[in-house]
Amino acid sequence: MAFLYALPGAIAEGLIWGLMAIGVYISYKILDIADLTVDGSICTGACVCAVLLGLGVPAWLSLIIAFAAGALTGIVTGLLHTALGIPSILAGILTQLMLYSINLAILGGKALVAIDSRSLELLVNMSDRTRSIISAGMIVAGTIVVLWLFFYTEVGLTLKSTGDNPDMSRAQGVNVNFNKVLGLAIANGIVALAGALLAQYKGSANINDGKGAIVIGLAAIFIGLSVSLKIKPNFVVSLIGVVCGGIVYYIVYNFVILLGMKTDYLKMLSAIIVALFLAIPYLKEQYFTKPKDLRPSAVSSNHNTGGDANA
Amino acid sequence: MLKITNLKKTFNAGTINEKTALEGLNLHLKDGDFVTVIGGNGAGKSTLQNAIAGVWKPDCGTIEIDGVDVTNMPEHKRAQFLGRVFQDPMKGTAPDMEIAENLAIAARRGTKRKLIWGVRKAEREEYKKLLATLDLGLEDRLSTKVGLLSGGQRQAVTLLMATLRRPKLLMLDEHTAALDPKTAAKVLELTDRIVTENKLTTLMITHNMNDAIAHGNRLIMMYDGHVVVDVEGEEKKKLTVQDLLNMFAQASGKEFANDRAMLS
Repeated sequence: MAFLYALPGAIAEGLIWGLMAIGVYISYKILDIADLTVDGSICTGACVCAVLLGLGVPAWLSLIIAFAAGALTGIVTGLLHTALGIPSILAGILTQLMLYSINLAILGGKALVAIDSRSLELLVNMSDRTRSIISAGMIVAGTIVVLWLFFYTEVGLTLKSTGDNPDMSRAQGVNVNFNKVLGLAIANGIVALAGALLAQYKGSANINDGKGAIVIGLAAIFIGLSVSLKIKPNFVVSLIGVVCGGIVYYIVYNFVILLGMKTDYLKMLSAIIVALFLAIPYLKEQYFTKPKDLRPSAVSSNHNTGGDANA
Repeated sequence: MLKITNLKKTFNAGTINEKTALEGLNLHLKDGDFVTVIGGNGAGKSTLQNAIAGVWKPDCGTIEIDGVDVTNMPEHKRAQFLGRVFQDPMKGTAPDMEIAENLAIAARRGTKRKLIWGVRKAEREEYKKLLATLDLGLEDRLSTKVGLLSGGQRQAVTLLMATLRRPKLLMLDEHTAALDPKTAAKVLELTDRIVTENKLTTLMITHNMNDAIAHGNRLIMMYDGHVVVDVEGEEKKKLTVQDLLNMFAQASGKEFANDRAMLS
């Protein structure tokens, strides 16, 4: 019963984390960069949103500004990586550290800024879960549609090829460095947007928000893609899968809390889930793959399957 | 078309691994030249192509393509003049993208990419016809991910991508070396056809002396970072592998030391 009662909240929060996971998907899966800026940019989104709401800025406008602030953090990481030649993973860590100071500055030196959810018109909030699910769902759907259109444009295609094969991209006249910066800006913009929604949902922005967000994002991606790639391996289905991954993650999260697990251990749980998903393909390859039996008696049954590879 | 003057490049200068790859190289390609390049391991063949493509900057010297000095132009800007096919079939195509998408990206080489549809319907029809000319059964697989193709098919698609937008210079870096003999012959035949049909200025590196003699109108041999043999026209047509080996011995004072070349 308690679980069913917690379900709408888990779905609403899962949708928001699913949106963040879409941002991580763009950097990790499309650009092939493990971008650690995310842990900072999600908090930037939350801080910007909370402070703007306090100043009387409408909720929708504060979301747009949060997106822009997140995009800026992505540009910083991108420039550290491309213009200054710092390895991408380090560039992300450096930006993340910078953002801790910047986020504190945005919050005016306080560790926490509360959002007055009673008097303000918010798009999502814990107190109205149905409305939260609808609003968050619409923002997620809108983001997916925009990304879907974007990644089939001339610019979008080269963004994909940049991550898929940088050598080929350069040979075809693609400015790989510019594309990395652009991709990281979009990715962190979406992450900050999710951070802003999260602040509205929880009714506060905390300087420690977003610790381990990248891990949650990766968990959502792995959970989602493990199913969606089997259904249809295309872009939109993957994005929907990633969002569903976020929701599943939060339902499991709530379930585990209800089972009596201390919330202190939940980050450990997230990390173990991601480690397992990362390890499974490797373990399969290393320990559970047997060489195929290629004696003539065994080959006859499957000798037609490799036609493509020998063409 | 291509004019290289006094090009020098030393890798790892000042360290124990110092290697002079290009030693004041001069090369002038006329419009429509189809030049085959041979040479031993470490002669600087691939270094020459990488220098033209702008993978790194040379220590000194200039490179001009069709009258434009590209010496300081970044790689992605130079790409507008160049069509490239690499030795590694994996290098020339994006594996996780469709055949049509790969071709569409190549078709826009050197143009400003916009926020408009990346592969138009009319294009798909055009690609279908072009793929049919490869005779590899790819014309009905426009939506197939390139990663699912064989090495030979990928090289053929890369060749198409390199020439889809007419390049000022086509550069082939041992593009059949990683293929089985039958597929290699097919890709080479395709290369000949595309180059002749479009009258492309071409620089083809090969380790196969017979191929180097059979294809193109001009042959250069490299040794130690510069051109040691340069023959063209009638004189090139009469060459034999033995002639080339003798020329190499004369130019370098050594036996030709490329096992793969000797075997072929």
